[in-house]
Amino acid sequence: MLQIPLWNRLMIVTVVLAGLAFAMPNLFYERVERHNDAVAEIEQTGAVTDALAAERALWPDMLPATLVNLGLDLRGGAHLLAEVQLADVYEARMDGLWPEVRDVLRDARDQVGTIRRQDAPVGELHVRISQPEGIAAAVAAVRTLATPVVSLTGVGAPTLEVRGENDLVIVTLSEAERQATDDRTMQQSVEIVRRRVDEAGTREPTIQRQGADRILIQVPGIGSAQELKDLIGTTARLTFHPVVGRTSDGTASVDARQILLPAMDEEGVFYILEQSPVVTGDDLVDSQPAFDQQSGQPAVTFRFNPAGARDFGNYTAANVGAPFAIVLDEEVISAPVIRQAITGGSGQITGNFTVEESTELAVLLRAGALPAEMVFLEERTIGPELGADSIAAGEIAALVAFAAVLVFMVLSYGLFGAFAAIALLLNVGLIFGVLSVIGATLTLPGIAGIVLTIGMAVDANVLVFERIREEWRTAKGPARAIELGYSRALSAIIDANLTTFIIAVILFALGSGPVRGFSITLGIGIITSVFTAIYVTRLLIVTWFDRRRPKTIEV
Amino acid sequence: MRLRLVPQETNIDFFKYARLTFGGSVVAMVLSIGIWLAMGLNFGIDFLGGTTIRTQSAVAVDVGLYRDALAPLALGDVSITQVFDPTFGPEQNVAMIRIQAQEGAEAVTPAIIAAVEAALIAVVPDISFPSVESVGPKVSGELIQTAIIAVLASLAAILVYIWLRFEWQFSVGAVAALIHDVILTIGIFSLLQIRFDLATIAALLTIIGYSINDTVVIFDRLRENLIKYKSRPLQDVMNLSANETLSRTLMTSGTTLIALLALLILGGDVIRGFVFAIFWGVIVGTYSSIYVAKNVVLMIGVKRDWSKPDQQSGTQFSNIDA
Repeated sequence: MLQIPLWNRLMIVTVVLAGLAFAMPNLFYERVERHNDAVAEIEQTGAVTDALAAERALWPDMLPATLVNLGLDLRGGAHLLAEVQLADVYEARMDGLWPEVRDVLRDARDQVGTIRRQDAPVGELHVRISQPEGIAAAVAAVRTLATPVVSLTGVGAPTLEVRGENDLVIVTLSEAERQATDDRTMQQSVEIVRRRVDEAGTREPTIQRQGADRILIQVPGIGSAQELKDLIGTTARLTFHPVVGRTSDGTASVDARQILLPAMDEEGVFYILEQSPVVTGDDLVDSQPAFDQQSGQPAVTFRFNPAGARDFGNYTAANVGAPFAIVLDEEVISAPVIRQAITGGSGQITGNFTVEESTELAVLLRAGALPAEMVFLEERTIGPELGADSIAAGEIAALVAFAAVLVFMVLSYGLFGAFAAIALLLNVGLIFGVLSVIGATLTLPGIAGIVLTIGMAVDANVLVFERIREEWRTAKGPARAIELGYSRALSAIIDANLTTFIIAVILFALGSGPVRGFSITLGIGIITSVFTAIYVTRLLIVTWFDRRRPKTIEV
Repeated sequence: MRLRLVPQETNIDFFKYARLTFGGSVVAMVLSIGIWLAMGLNFGIDFLGGTTIRTQSAVAVDVGLYRDALAPLALGDVSITQVFDPTFGPEQNVAMIRIQAQEGAEAVTPAIIAAVEAALIAVVPDISFPSVESVGPKVSGELIQTAIIAVLASLAAILVYIWLRFEWQFSVGAVAALIHDVILTIGIFSLLQIRFDLATIAALLTIIGYSINDTVVIFDRLRENLIKYKSRPLQDVMNLSANETLSRTLMTSGTTLIALLALLILGGDVIRGFVFAIFWGVIVGTYSSIYVAKNVVLMIGVKRDWSKPDQQSGTQFSNIDA
């Protein structure tokens, strides 16, 4: 009657043991974390130092080392929600387009007359021509500058929209191009932010694109949101400056329109530079690590857009043999000597690079400056002590809650209540196991979710036990009562938990941060509590029943 | 000797005082809405925008001193409240300072936060700032929208689910009970002026989830009994179902409340508002499952011929075996 097939028993026991095995490292959180950090570092650097080996030895390699991520509210750290000013890029694009527009209109001078750029709203380029009757020709000429948009959705649509109003040529980016541009801007911004945060070497930062124009940045362990903002650096710009001189005096006085900047790699070395850059990173379209064809040394190639290429070509032609400085974030990355005029818009930087350095420099050049300004809409700093206090309070509350529920269940259902309590303990273990395996983040409301689950998880058991009580009054024999209790309570258990699960899904979809953390523990708690209630307690009860064969049961 | 919250056999007529209980619920809802309109909600920065700074110091909190220190900064509406908690040590004197969103500022203004911190350090040298949170008005507006959508989406999802699994009358009754719970919770938050923020919305949704859980268990039994007792009056069958599940209803609420009580007392002040909302919601939700949901179903009536039960509803899980 009360049979559970062997494979079924094995499966239940396996799932429980696996869950507990993955949850177990959380009991030794700090140890395992240091072990994991050491392993990650060894993997990255390839070198095993004594210190690292000692850290790694804190936890045996053969045991699972999965940990629950602690959310910002538990670990402390900074949270920023940044909005990328996408329109900045449209403006820069229009500024970059103006010389080209000027050139094509000049070529059509006999039809359009003289031209003049007008003030225009952001993202539009207005050009007034002196012969209004030539407007059609002007529009047609400017349209030749449009190229097909390259994107996943809008291949073929032109990049520019050009229309004429009386004597005014109005150029804007087309809708498809705006979308493609926005997408690029966001990708680039996220990449730059990630690079910068990673450089700081903090553990497990979260950098996510949110919606059309936002980036969510969460960095655990950082002192304050301000520090994080400094790190991300909203003003980063790449510039190329003529070099006036080189000095080791960091306080040297410089002439007006000159600046003194430190070298990035060489300590104590400063460069005196012309203040106004020859070209800026805005004009770069690409940069790749490469090798110098003659010397075979690592090098970095770069390519300018046409406007930048012209400026750069003119400058290098006039200054062969002189050094120019590549400056990023107010630091001179390198100051190579111009060997020949660079007129093609592309060039190569050589220096004392290693392969890694050239790769890094190429990345810096490609993704050096944020393409658009970022405005911070939300910032939160949580101190590590507050998080530690919350964890301690949550732990105590969870223990007290568990003890109280256990007493309550045993008083109410006797032995069966004790079975439910064991299942409950396994349930909390399973929640931690699942959280660890899927790499979910535990937040303070998440802890509340677990405590709430402790209270609610017994619900499925209560449903079953109450049903067994009822069936015991009418059914023939204890085995039948237990069996009927389980099968008849199932529909209510499923309905009750599915509705709560729907809520957890909605919370997950719409929430963020701590609320999402709550929805995850609530959702996982529902699944594990149903599992423990209908499989684990059943297995416990059936095993007990098989051994004792009681003639009567007291639920 | 077993602990029994209710006797083995109960025969309570839950409709005997229907006027009182259901009427009481309606009155409580009207009162809640009245309080809500009259007193408003104590919105947190999630919904209003602005900055909250949590301070901690070994010296006892002197709200007047803090207020005087911040007065020269002319920050508009500043609220300073001391926080008490049984988990604090003797050296832990905590206060929460809330500063309204500044006029015309689209985003967060770090200069203001720095000025506030400097002003406080000047009067309380050992003060520290365990948490500083700022939300710009742009985001807070969107958060309100998201919160409302979340609550409505949950209600809609439950309406549809119960409709599919039971009958439409059941889903109307269930959702009426949920609206009752949500409104009463908003009412108590308004009455006690507890901070209402994103976590409170999460709590509201949890209450919805919990309350529907209770309601569904009773409905499930009701459906079973409706099939069993085809000719008994609906009211009797409802009473029978509620009595049969009463022990379970109170057991589950009891264990949940015990766990929540531990969290409410020992869980720290950071989540106290959140836990309080759920605690309150469990009480209200249990009540509404017994006294509101069924009454609504009774009022609109339900089909009595269950002789051909829908293959779609009710039985689809019964063949799942452990």
